[in-house]
Amino acid sequence: MAANNFRHALFCAIITLIISYPIIGFNLEAQGIDVTLTGADASTIVMVLLAAVIVFLFQMFREQIMGGLKSLPHPLPQSSKEPMAENRRAKIESWVLTGIVVLALFWPFFVSRGAVDLATLVLIYIMLALGLNVVVGLAGLLDLGYVAFYAVGAYTFALLSQYVGISFWLALPIGALLAALFGLVLGFPVLRLRGDYLAIVTLGFGEIIRILLNNWTTLTGGPNGIGGIPDPTLFGMEFGRRVKEEGNTSFHETFGIAYSGEHKVIFLYLIALVLAVFTALVIRRFMRMPVGRAWEALREDEIAARSLGLSRTAVKLSAFTIGAFFAGFAGTVFASKQGFISPESFVFLESAIILAIVVLGGMGSQIGVVLAAIAVTILPELAREFSEYRMLIFGAAMVLMMVWRPQGLMPMRRIHIELKRQE
Amino acid sequence: MQDLLYFFQQLINGLTIGSTYALIAIGYTMVYGIIGMINFAHGEIYMIGAYTALIAITGLAALGIAWLPLILIVALICAMIVSSSMGWAVERVAYRPVRGRHRLIPLISAIGMSIFLQNYVHLAQGSRNIGFPALIDGGFNFGSGDGFQMSLSYMQITIFITTLICMTALSLFISRSRTGRACRAVSQDLGMANLLGIDTNRIISATFVIGAALAAVAGLLLGMYYGSVDPLFGFIAGLKAFTAAVLGGIGSIPGAMLGGLILGVAESMTSGYLSGEYKDVISFSLLILILLFKPTGLLGKPEVEKI
Repeated sequence: MAANNFRHALFCAIITLIISYPIIGFNLEAQGIDVTLTGADASTIVMVLLAAVIVFLFQMFREQIMGGLKSLPHPLPQSSKEPMAENRRAKIESWVLTGIVVLALFWPFFVSRGAVDLATLVLIYIMLALGLNVVVGLAGLLDLGYVAFYAVGAYTFALLSQYVGISFWLALPIGALLAALFGLVLGFPVLRLRGDYLAIVTLGFGEIIRILLNNWTTLTGGPNGIGGIPDPTLFGMEFGRRVKEEGNTSFHETFGIAYSGEHKVIFLYLIALVLAVFTALVIRRFMRMPVGRAWEALREDEIAARSLGLSRTAVKLSAFTIGAFFAGFAGTVFASKQGFISPESFVFLESAIILAIVVLGGMGSQIGVVLAAIAVTILPELAREFSEYRMLIFGAAMVLMMVWRPQGLMPMRRIHIELKRQE
Repeated sequence: MQDLLYFFQQLINGLTIGSTYALIAIGYTMVYGIIGMINFAHGEIYMIGAYTALIAITGLAALGIAWLPLILIVALICAMIVSSSMGWAVERVAYRPVRGRHRLIPLISAIGMSIFLQNYVHLAQGSRNIGFPALIDGGFNFGSGDGFQMSLSYMQITIFITTLICMTALSLFISRSRTGRACRAVSQDLGMANLLGIDTNRIISATFVIGAALAAVAGLLLGMYYGSVDPLFGFIAGLKAFTAAVLGGIGSIPGAMLGGLILGVAESMTSGYLSGEYKDVISFSLLILILLFKPTGLLGKPEVEKI
């Protein structure tokens, strides 16, 4: 047994060396058309060797280590506790949420402009993640082209404002509805497919939308994107220094205060906050409606759900469309926040980030998803020196999450009764 | 005559690209045939193969070795070793622990692995694309001097021959060898194969290793053919190869070969007669249409849903 263990550990260590040394240990440097090869510095090579040693030791003493980990107390004790009574839990939750929202309402007036800007981005990701949560978390449909609907929302606003001169408030429902329509049209044929095929088809759809945006230069400006997207107005009041459109007044003149660029940033933040809360509330309602229960029923056991008379297509299509609707919402806000959009903002990686948020937060759980969105967006900003490792850590986190805790950090818990075996 | 030559040129280009797609597609189709999951990180394994080959080629050039066949063979062997080890490690770390769970869980794990590997190479080698030396140049030209000239480069011939050798070797391996027979048994019924004393874990690992080795071959060939590599190089190629696998019928090895060739030709015809920018749109649309209307592909067997 020991010899066997040793052979296995040695094999794993050698594999570690093979997969890391050639890629990390040499640097390819392009000089003109020539490529030269340089060895990495000693510290990197020591790291590679260290990694191999760690793998060796871990594999060698795997059983002892795993046994030691098992005997440790569980890090999240509440996961084994019985859930609180539903009404009490709901009460506490709603109080906490209201408190957070009130705090979020006043918070931007006391912090810097950059922080508010970042917070707006976080809110956009929260909207996206909440929308995707319906599709992936609740209905169990893996959508890898979610960013396409986000792009539809953003481009709808950008194009309508450029060609028709439409305002933000009109574009918001139009963008969301158009995205929902796209979801409906795409969903209708593809939702008959099995889970993993569906994932690939949505991925292909996302890529098609991006390539079209990139190459339809006459309409979308191609890779140059569309600029000059107007800011939202408050009852006809603009936030610029000068009024751009006739009939509008400017915010700072109406209230007789000095002009400040911060007004616009805070206003956008507040819009995003209101919309994010709206998204959360609407989806919360849906979750408790029959359609929400049907999503989960279909996710858990498709055959059983269908034999109870649920229409597979209608239920899945509703989830897909609602998810797309909120992506369109977020897209409109994003276009307005940036003032400029290009296909580069809507690559597959963006879909993957949103998916990572949903997976990390706990599929189906709203609070978990919100917390994950905050963490995923803010952590790389806080640790700038680690920001280039962000995607590496994301990828690793997704794998580890699936291996150890596929239900996410804060899984959704429904009230349920389990039959306990009599001791 | 001119038109015909142009057509044949597109056909040759398409078959060249298509045969490398087929090499990558085999990795998808074998894994899918055995454990029913999409190995999303396969494109990245192919990319790592291309990088390793480039590192080996530059390293040998720095050592002063100039004999071409030696360079190519050493680069090929290095790329195959690194890619296969990577395939083995990926299966061990990211897929084996989640095997048998809900269908989406291995898929999400695979997407995570794909992002991880992409950024691993990105951090180690930078995000710029790096030129791949054109080791094999020259070729045959057909057609009159003043009109359109059809060319068949030595590189293209190399790609055809290498692919042919790999495919023949794989077919022989699957049909004749003991491990190949075990592979077929496992893909028919994993549980039963296990009961009959086949070490299924070993066979699944072997599948990943074989798929990764073929992807590494494709990495070297396509790297030389395109003339550059970058960390995102695997994503689109992986998606195309997956399309090829689905087109031919996922799970079927001859299907993957056929699908690769058809996809390659369809793509090069699109870029030859319509526009190069839309060739990706064509292949993704093809993928969507096949999945909608004939999810079993050209040579696949219909899947019966068991309750």
